Amino acid sequence: MKLTKHQTYTLIALAVFGVFAFLADSFFDAFTLRVFNLCAIYIVLSLSLNLLNGFTGLFSLGHAGFMAVGAYVCALLTMPPELKEMNFFLAPMVPFLKGITLPFLPSIIIGGLAAAFVGFIIGAPVLRLRDDYLAIATLGFSEIIRVLITNAQTITNGAQGLKGLPRFSTTFVVWTAAGLVTLFMFLLMRSSYGRAMKAVRDDELAAEAMGIDVFKVKVTSFTVSSFIAGIGGALLGHMITTIDPKMFTFLLTFNILLIVVLGGTGSISGSVIASIVVTFLMEILRFLDEPMNLIIIKTNGLPGLRMVVFSIMLMIVVIFRQRGLMGGKEFSWDMVSAFWSKLKSRKGGRHA
Amino acid sequence: MPEIMLKTDNVIMKFGGLTAVSELNIEIRKNEIVGLIGPNGAGKTTAFNVITGMYYPTSGKVLYKNIDITGFKPHSITELGIARTFQNIRLFKELTVLENVLVGCHIGINSGIFAATLHTPAYRKREKEAHEFAMTLLKEVGLESAAYEKATSLPYGKQRRLEIVRALATRPSMLLLDEPAAGMNPQESLELMELIRRLRSEFDLTIFLIEHHMQVVMGVCDHMYVLDYGVTIAHGDPASIQKNPKVIEAYLGVD
Repeated sequence: MKLTKHQTYTLIALAVFGVFAFLADSFFDAFTLRVFNLCAIYIVLSLSLNLLNGFTGLFSLGHAGFMAVGAYVCALLTMPPELKEMNFFLAPMVPFLKGITLPFLPSIIIGGLAAAFVGFIIGAPVLRLRDDYLAIATLGFSEIIRVLITNAQTITNGAQGLKGLPRFSTTFVVWTAAGLVTLFMFLLMRSSYGRAMKAVRDDELAAEAMGIDVFKVKVTSFTVSSFIAGIGGALLGHMITTIDPKMFTFLLTFNILLIVVLGGTGSISGSVIASIVVTFLMEILRFLDEPMNLIIIKTNGLPGLRMVVFSIMLMIVVIFRQRGLMGGKEFSWDMVSAFWSKLKSRKGGRHA
Repeated sequence: MPEIMLKTDNVIMKFGGLTAVSELNIEIRKNEIVGLIGPNGAGKTTAFNVITGMYYPTSGKVLYKNIDITGFKPHSITELGIARTFQNIRLFKELTVLENVLVGCHIGINSGIFAATLHTPAYRKREKEAHEFAMTLLKEVGLESAAYEKATSLPYGKQRRLEIVRALATRPSMLLLDEPAAGMNPQESLELMELIRRLRSEFDLTIFLIEHHMQVVMGVCDHMYVLDYGVTIAHGDPASIQKNPKVIEAYLGVD
């Protein structure tokens, strides 16, 4: 098989990244490595939200709920019986779940399927709504899922959450997942089904007149997105090794939405880039929340100040670049060379 | 006589107290070009929306090739072979010209989400065929050089033609055109009517079109229906329509 120049570049870039990830795994300190791996999980999550918001035009705010389903189902399947015994001290666990312990791979897939199933059940009625109404309804269902988890003491251990999950989300696992999801999205968007989704986003009526079953496309998109969100939730749970219902509030959905909007709704590469940038910024800017002494201004710790930075970024994007960083386009090597020659010509112009 | 393609049987469409279309009885035979004309607000587009399943009629039936399609979903009606365009252009604005046409091929490709994502050999074959078909269609209306441009970057007249081609991509046997000549000057309108006539013979189509200006369609239609306030006030061949006092009254008013 012969490769084009750009395909070679892509392969080289991937190989370099693979080596980098391998080195990171061996040399980064625990904290930096965790942030690095969190990037991968956010790539998975932001792509799944972008599938809805950016590609199918469905404004959904229910992601945290589907993540919770994936995280809990996967965690309950991977935890060994002794660990379950230790966690469920307030009320004993339902017996049928007690004895089950599965390896990570089947557990995470079952977790994703459970999230997809919940997504399908919720999607079928909710997707008859549009725009803001859809957003409100999905947000509501996400909260309902959270409340159900909080109250199902004998299954989920309620508000105490599950602690001491096995740390299955290694660098290799999370970045493989991120790679697979990115590849999946890329292939999907290049296929006729992806085109149908974009058609539904651009004009529902016209899509219907083209013979596209709009409702079916929406439900499929919602279900697939829930599946990926469930996978992301499961990965997150097995990285932090602790899950509790308070983790899966609206704030988590908001973080993902922030990435999608900053990166560009309807751009896969935009979501990938924004996931990495935002995740690192969240940690780098952590000093803003701590007590500061700026000679003139003294603060004694304002939790949430770093979110102000993201709010400002969001405002700048909304005002100057409505479609986000990538503006609905995809990264390509042509883009790099165009940028490069533009830079060069500007320099040359200055000399002349 | 050729077979009857489309027939509406006493279709009535009411919105609350307003009767937008009353007792519409249309009969269109194979390979005919039939015009539906009438002043603004006469109920022409409503009639189209009832036929294509966008509205469910208050009473009456729509028959296509003798199948009762009343209450079918719009996408099923398209699958059966009725394609349409819209009065105000509704292209997929983020997609390229070629992609717009390929969306029309979606039913033809007929692959599930997983087959399409995995690019299975069967899917690839159909996608390739769709690609070739879409390019042939674009050539037909002289848009092949703009295939990779964004649909909305095209000038108005070309957008209109793209909409027609996109409808043809669903491989219809019947084409419904909602004011295809809207916003065109007389010369462009004439060219468009020529194109419509050519497409009919090349793709073996039956065409039903709405037009606001009577003069534009006079030359192209085999048969015409005139609506006014939802009521069919006349039907027949263009020559008799032109002389019909009721039609003149509806268009020009009477003292």
